Amino acid sequence: MAQATVESPTHPIVPAAAHAEHQQHPIKLYLLVWGLLFVLSICSYLVDYFGLQGYLRWSLIVIFMLLKAGLIVAVFMHMAWERLALIYAILLPPLLVLVFVGLMVSESDYTLVTRLAFFGPAPVN
Amino acid sequence: MAETVQTHPPHSSPPAHGMHGFVSDWASDQQAFKNVSWGKAMMWIFLLSDTFIFGCFLLAYMTARMSTVVPWPNPSEVFALTIAGHEIPLILIAIMTFVLITSSGTMAMAVNFGYRRDRRKTALLMVLTALLGATFVGMQAFEWTKLIHEGVRPWENPWGAAQFGSSFFMITGFHGTHVTIGVIFLLIIARKVWRGDFDTERRGFFTSRKGRYEIVEITGLYWHFVDLVWVFIFAFFYLW
Repeated sequence: MAQATVESPTHPIVPAAAHAEHQQHPIKLYLLVWGLLFVLSICSYLVDYFGLQGYLRWSLIVIFMLLKAGLIVAVFMHMAWERLALIYAILLPPLLVLVFVGLMVSESDYTLVTRLAFFGPAPVN
Repeated sequence: MAETVQTHPPHSSPPAHGMHGFVSDWASDQQAFKNVSWGKAMMWIFLLSDTFIFGCFLLAYMTARMSTVVPWPNPSEVFALTIAGHEIPLILIAIMTFVLITSSGTMAMAVNFGYRRDRRKTALLMVLTALLGATFVGMQAFEWTKLIHEGVRPWENPWGAAQFGSSFFMITGFHGTHVTIGVIFLLIIARKVWRGDFDTERRGFFTSRKGRYEIVEITGLYWHFVDLVWVFIFAFFYLW
């Protein structure tokens, strides 16, 4: 109980720096990330605009996507300054989705082969 | 009694860092997340669960697209707009992406000004974020209207595989709902900031507890997540 009374602020205005957990970073950093996100979005749009195809297209899309996602999570969501306990708790579980992706890739291949075997190729429109 | 509820960990000795810190945080009683309040931790855990929801939608879309024998409609053409006589591929989606990124930028600045206790700037930036979010939803409504007029339905469309429509409405509809909820959430918190609730320690209408400027950061987490999901939808649905 004594601890709790210490915790509750007696002065309503506490300087922001008093709380160690506050995420206080220079505005400049946010503007930089904002600019980078714009550039990366333009790059991924240009991939479509120039009509790149095949593995080049897919790898560029995924690279730009992961860079954007990384910037948003690390800087805008302040994950870069959190402790490892939280980082691992939030970022590792989604990796399990990749197992699901593997399962569904194999499953949809099977479905496709079955459809082609029993229904034949697509009618040409 | 409400004040004595502890929302922060007591700071005794500085906790260890790196791998050692990770193990001792998780091995400790009561509190694994040392300098994260319960509100922020719960928002992160909610976002984790939401990640799985959107992950499942995108997986269902992948499965449908990989297993169909009918060609998939080309999103580059489907989402093209004719502006001044030129057909520009995917232009509406590109503009929507920029609007959402801009709103993420203004949100990040709102969080920053919140911790500086700059009430006006925080509230104004949050309202600006909400306006950009509403613009995004408006453009999405325009896109849906256009596609429905062109004959896209969850069960058929004029260009190819029937699953295109169901995937499109499901994924973008769920994302748009998230943006809409985010706009409402932003406006509620912006009103509280503007009124000075976190300076005067006014008690919340629903919880009867004193709020802190941290709620701006928690709202921001949700908003950035909405932007994050759009990054994946943009890559996998529109560009692939």
